[in-house]
Amino acid sequence: MAVKTLTINGEQYSAQEGESILSVARQHNIPIPTLCHLEGLSTVGACRLCVVQIEGIPKLLPACTTKVEEGMVIHTANEKLNKYRRMIVALLASEGNHVCAVCVANNHCELQDLAYEVGLVRVRYPYLFPKKTLDATHKDYVMDHNRCVLCTRCVRVCDEVEGAHVWDVAGRGINCEIITGLDYAWGNSQTCTECGKCVMVCPTGALFEKGVTVSEMEKKKGFLKYIITARQKKEWVSISND
Amino acid sequence: MSDIITISPVTRIEGHAKITIHLNSIGEVEDARFHVNEFRGFEKFCEGRLLWEMPGLTSRICGICPASHLVTSAKAGDDILSIGIPETAEKLRRMLVLAQWIQSHALSFFHLSSPDFLLGFDADPAVRNIFGMIAHDKEFARRGIRLRKFGQQIIEFLGGRRIHTPWAVAGGVREPFTKEERDKLLEWYPEVRDTALLALKTIKKVHETYIKEISCFGNFHSLFVGMVGQKGEMEYYGGNLRIMDSAGNIIADNIDPREYYNHFGEASESWSYLKFPYYKPLGYPKGIYRVGPLARLNICDYIETPMAEQERKLFKQLAPTTEAVNNSFYFHYARLIELLFAVEKVEELLHDPIILGTHVRSKAEINKMEGVGATEAPRGTLFHHYWVNDDGVLQKVNMLIATAQNNMAMNRTVRQIAMQFVEGKNIPEPILNRIEAGIRCFDPCLSCSTHALGQMPLEISLFNHQGELLDRRVK
Repeated sequence: MAVKTLTINGEQYSAQEGESILSVARQHNIPIPTLCHLEGLSTVGACRLCVVQIEGIPKLLPACTTKVEEGMVIHTANEKLNKYRRMIVALLASEGNHVCAVCVANNHCELQDLAYEVGLVRVRYPYLFPKKTLDATHKDYVMDHNRCVLCTRCVRVCDEVEGAHVWDVAGRGINCEIITGLDYAWGNSQTCTECGKCVMVCPTGALFEKGVTVSEMEKKKGFLKYIITARQKKEWVSISND
Repeated sequence: MSDIITISPVTRIEGHAKITIHLNSIGEVEDARFHVNEFRGFEKFCEGRLLWEMPGLTSRICGICPASHLVTSAKAGDDILSIGIPETAEKLRRMLVLAQWIQSHALSFFHLSSPDFLLGFDADPAVRNIFGMIAHDKEFARRGIRLRKFGQQIIEFLGGRRIHTPWAVAGGVREPFTKEERDKLLEWYPEVRDTALLALKTIKKVHETYIKEISCFGNFHSLFVGMVGQKGEMEYYGGNLRIMDSAGNIIADNIDPREYYNHFGEASESWSYLKFPYYKPLGYPKGIYRVGPLARLNICDYIETPMAEQERKLFKQLAPTTEAVNNSFYFHYARLIELLFAVEKVEELLHDPIILGTHVRSKAEINKMEGVGATEAPRGTLFHHYWVNDDGVLQKVNMLIATAQNNMAMNRTVRQIAMQFVEGKNIPEPILNRIEAGIRCFDPCLSCSTHALGQMPLEISLFNHQGELLDRRVK
């Protein structure tokens, strides 16, 4: 496989052909914020938080889905990128009902962490306060659409890792919503194996264990690396809780 | 030509309110009203949320007494789960409620009311506040602030933070208590006990100084409602309801708090967002009742702790044996007796080895579709009533708040003080302050009672008999 040479933030790096910009950046500890991306799941480029600026290309491109090319000159952080990232987090905050103070995932939420990371101090868009529901029909878990950012991690982990494909996305635009099966109540799902992987990969308080209270829902994502490595390489790795 | 006077906003209370005084055509006070002009709608927006979230959600009703809402909500949750909580959890919850009493009662007396008592109702309003108190008697103010801190410190040790801790949950509490925390509190105890005694000594001097005010600060007949323990002792966490009339007769006893709605109704008036609860058998407005420290001191047979019990006996002597203590000014005295009780009781609990237990949370599924939680909050009996579906999603919420239950009594107090002191269209500031002080006897918490956005303070308007505004004061 051919090696590509590229420049990120003024430093030269080499990468394998077919690798994503995000992958290269992660290997060299160059911070790029992400939300829908999760190591071990397929890449969808849905959230656009990982946008980077590539010289010679007029629009910003997502680092997770853009492959490296020879001679690319990439900028991962500047005022323009920060402004766009802040805007994306602000839009996510304004289109859901994210009430951190009483949320089960408070202090353990990737959306909250991102807001801190991009320096979001106020949301200048009007909050939509959508009328969303909460599905508590499952005996162990709850889906709260109010807190969902439609990252589709739950859809992907259920399909790609568990193999059950319980989750899907229905609707269009602002009316998009995660559904169970053909829009059944979760408790009536014939396919759900009750494994809880979707709950653990969810970045916010949208999916959580029944019975937890404010700030109690900590997501443990270490299992993903463990399972994927074991399957692909027939190797066992230790579980970390990152 | 009759007039209306408005006091707006009312100062040194928790929440936003105004008072209007209505004069008749010859300039005499005809009526006076206490208006609460905030609205929040907590009961409505909790619908659709999960039962387990409710303690965290409802504690956000108030920044002064979040612990009371937290524990009451957790108890309603216990009821729906049909669960018995571990003994350690119950004792720790009890300690949280007492800590809430200590910090709230200390705030009411030292920060909000003592400026009137020690600097005088006629003192310059610019200094008649906690800062004026610090200038007047630094040590007294410091001790009051430290006493409140003691209550807040217990809450922080138990719940991890002083305000809006999510620590109590349906089924128990989230974290156990530690020996180190217990020892720190025990070390602090002698100081807070002495401060509680100092506060009692101070209020007794006040009783001798303000005889004219005491005679008309809400001195009327009403029922008294609160919870008592199985043996008739003062209760703050569990117990059953007791209702007493103004003559000191127990007219209903041993009522399960779950049955509260059979006994109490809620009326509304167009001029206030705060509802007017009443005792159903007597109807509205005859079923006026008071809750809180004055009611609790009246209805209980005894207090378990020795120093507070001694004070209770003195309190009883304030009224003839054929009457309950009907004067609302004595809310302050009753509050300070409760403060002493809370301090003594906390010490007793701190010496109980069970509070260091580590099993503090029971778990269960939804076992009932409806549940009620009730505790004695600093301002009176607090009820949370939830209806859920099979999955634990809230279908309906009703909360009956202590301050709301005192609403009719507060209105009557305002009217009585206005009639005693207001003469003519122009009201001097010290008279306005007396009217506000009448409200402060009840230590109202308006953000709680309307579940409304809490902002300070009070406004008074003066209207003529045709409803035209003649004078308005905003503080």
